[in-house]
Amino acid sequence: MAGTALRRRLTWQVAKVSAVTAETASVRTLTLDVPDWPGHQAGQHLDIRLTAEDGYVAERSYSIASAPGEPVEITVERLDDGEVSPYLTDELRAGDDLELRGPIGGYFVWEPEDGGPLLLMAGGSGIVPLRSILRHRERTGSTVPVRLLYSSRTLDDVIYRAELDQPAGGVEVIHTLTRSQPPGWSGYARRVDAALLAEVTWPATATPLAYVCGPTSFVEAVSQALVESGYPPERVKTERFGATGGT
Amino acid sequence: MEAVDGNAIGGLLHEVFGTEMTDAASVCGSCGAARRVAELTVYLRAPGTVVRCRSCDSVLMVFVKVHDRTCVDLLGLAALG
Repeated sequence: MAGTALRRRLTWQVAKVSAVTAETASVRTLTLDVPDWPGHQAGQHLDIRLTAEDGYVAERSYSIASAPGEPVEITVERLDDGEVSPYLTDELRAGDDLELRGPIGGYFVWEPEDGGPLLLMAGGSGIVPLRSILRHRERTGSTVPVRLLYSSRTLDDVIYRAELDQPAGGVEVIHTLTRSQPPGWSGYARRVDAALLAEVTWPATATPLAYVCGPTSFVEAVSQALVESGYPPERVKTERFGATGGT
Repeated sequence: MEAVDGNAIGGLLHEVFGTEMTDAASVCGSCGAARRVAELTVYLRAPGTVVRCRSCDSVLMVFVKVHDRTCVDLLGLAALG
């Protein structure tokens, strides 16, 4: 599939929103019916284009949340000063049209043959492409061991919480809540630092494959700490969202 | 304005080069740093889209859209793809 995808022309097309699911107070998952979808890889993106009545155009790139073979989904966090996300999270309804192009990207992707063990590190809405990877692993019957470390502000900000509470076999999910914790919280309660990474990650000698996704500051801190602990830079895939969601 | 990275401009690059480029190799023309395009520093809301070297911060690529045309400046790169 990757071979044909490489030569494919990337064209805009109109998809239909088939469902809108609330994930948290500010995060929605849009399920999209895309008539001419060539299939995607776990970790890829799509671009959304909104055109105002006066012709003003805004484009944004979103990670695909669903696994290859599942209906296309994106999960969008509302940014209060955003041009695009408030429309996607607050205005769009099932049955509405949405202009998009994709799939896009060939770097931050995972296929079962890439192996592992897999270290997935998410800050805030950086969980989205990693959720696609998790679902792809499960659907393909891969037994690659996975550890997911997910940093959120509060428990209410955890995206896909119910799904992550029931991980597939061989998947460990570790949360850290950086702003506030519910009574009796037994997980981590601080920003990801080198000491926390040393506790939860595999040593470099296990030759893990790491995917780090989230706000730029989170990705910088985590990827740098992983490389300093001996992970080869080419085994640490990074994707920076800018200063969007909180961690 | 906080930077993102080359993953965010996969669509733009595909439009310009006609193929997937985020996993392509790049070499900085100033310091010689070799990185995947996905790993480069990207500013989306400079005048145009500006791609900088993650090692020395030199400007590698600039894309400016004017109506339906995209103006492309790749002078900061020693190699791409």
